[in-house]
Amino acid sequence: MSNFSDWKFTRREVLKLGAASVGALASTSLPAAPAMEGGRKPVTASVAMDINGKAETLTLDTRTTLLDALREHMHLTGTKKGCDHGQCGACTVIVDGRRINSCLTLAVMHQGAKITTIEGLGTPTNLHPMQAAFVKHDGYQCGYCTPGQICSAVAVLDEIRNDIPSHVSADLTTKAQFTTTELRERMSGNICRCGAYSNIVEAIAEVAGSAA
Amino acid sequence: MKPFSYERATSPAAAAAAAAKIDGAKFIAGGTNLLDLMKIGVEEPMHLIDVNGLALDTIEPTAEGGLRIGALVRNTDLAADQRVRRDYGLLSRALLAGASGQLRNKATTAGNLLQRTRCPYFYDTNQPCNKRLPGSGCAAIGGSSRSLAVIGGSASCIAVQPSDMAVAMRALDAVVETVRADGQVRRIPIAEFHRLPGARPHVETALERGELITGVTLPKPVGGVHVYHKVRDRASYAFALVSVAAIVQKDGSGRVALGGVAPKPWRDEAAEQYLPQGAKVFTGHLLAGAAPTEENAFKVVLAERTLHAVLAEAKGDAS
Repeated sequence: MSNFSDWKFTRREVLKLGAASVGALASTSLPAAPAMEGGRKPVTASVAMDINGKAETLTLDTRTTLLDALREHMHLTGTKKGCDHGQCGACTVIVDGRRINSCLTLAVMHQGAKITTIEGLGTPTNLHPMQAAFVKHDGYQCGYCTPGQICSAVAVLDEIRNDIPSHVSADLTTKAQFTTTELRERMSGNICRCGAYSNIVEAIAEVAGSAA
Repeated sequence: MKPFSYERATSPAAAAAAAAKIDGAKFIAGGTNLLDLMKIGVEEPMHLIDVNGLALDTIEPTAEGGLRIGALVRNTDLAADQRVRRDYGLLSRALLAGASGQLRNKATTAGNLLQRTRCPYFYDTNQPCNKRLPGSGCAAIGGSSRSLAVIGGSASCIAVQPSDMAVAMRALDAVVETVRADGQVRRIPIAEFHRLPGARPHVETALERGELITGVTLPKPVGGVHVYHKVRDRASYAFALVSVAAIVQKDGSGRVALGGVAPKPWRDEAAEQYLPQGAKVFTGHLLAGAAPTEENAFKVVLAERTLHAVLAEAKGDAS
């Protein structure tokens, strides 16, 4: 009887093989001419960015989002594609010090930008304090939203430090505060389908407390 | 997403001229709404003109004692500006009630004014929609209309303008500054910027082909208590069912614009004489002529009750 452990492929390799076999089929059935989509020819453009401290120049189809450039071209798969419409926050990265949804921006719009992804925040042996706090407080269950949650949380603390107010700030004329209510409101663009919210807030509050 | 060519604009006038000349050209700034719509095939530009490199990202005082906000000032920066927080609190509050932190970091002042409706039938390319495909009909009329307009709609369209920022700007009498394809600049009062749908719901603003928004000016501060109250299905990161933007003076006079109820920020200066008589009387005048559907009739009641709460809050703050 076959046992799953007999399989030498990882799930990721199987996915790659699957894509390769589709590619092989397509190459026999389609002409070699550039693919036309909706009667239009794909257009490419170059963009140079600093990604996690490394200068990179990419030549991309203009349609490539920053998210797809990071995942599919730079193979930085820590940043996740959730909804691909700016509703879930799984794709959150930090661009020039600000958190954004990488799914709702084109890579070519970021000429000269400094991009920080979850891979640029810390490493397995040298965790960013926010990563360590998420581990300590169990701020996740399946983990899919976690890279976005952590990038967002790191930027949220900077936003409070930089006196950017929020919807729940009681007084616009006084400095923004590190309160749990503030953290919850400011993290509302990151959805966690597992519902790890209370632990996520505890993790962020701990880092906020030590940084405040 | 359909393929498109791409250029980085070098000046506002050159961008406007290029947009007028090239068929299917669109400006892109924050892109948070445009790219969303391009992914589902609602928008299919042939050419994108990236205006992010233009020097339109500052907030400057005007000679008249107001503020001039550059078109590319991000929503976060506008909401956090100390002058806006002090003198135009309504605007900060409206911006902070909208979207998420990530989106506010990217979204611009001009782009926020140009947000497309969130009507579910506009988003669904399998459905008729006069705004998306002129002449195809309106699936919202007689369809699911809970989130849609109760006033200002037409037999062609009952979509709602979703911007919170624009509602505050309407109460503040903001003026939109543009440059046209021929290089001429013009100033459009916010009241005339967004159009009612009538028989042509696909024409949403007063902008001409190629015309580029370069900034928004706010007149001198008018004082008073500023309150933006947004009622939505969840406590954060949701579009308004009803929102109330109010500036209330000590004597009970003031200005009120409503969001979530109409194809444009809804304000009627003539009705404001009734504001000192309370929410019921005033809302009766402001929403006279409302034609809600069975599903969204609650918005008329909700608007009155939300305004009641806003006036109570303003009174408490002012005393």
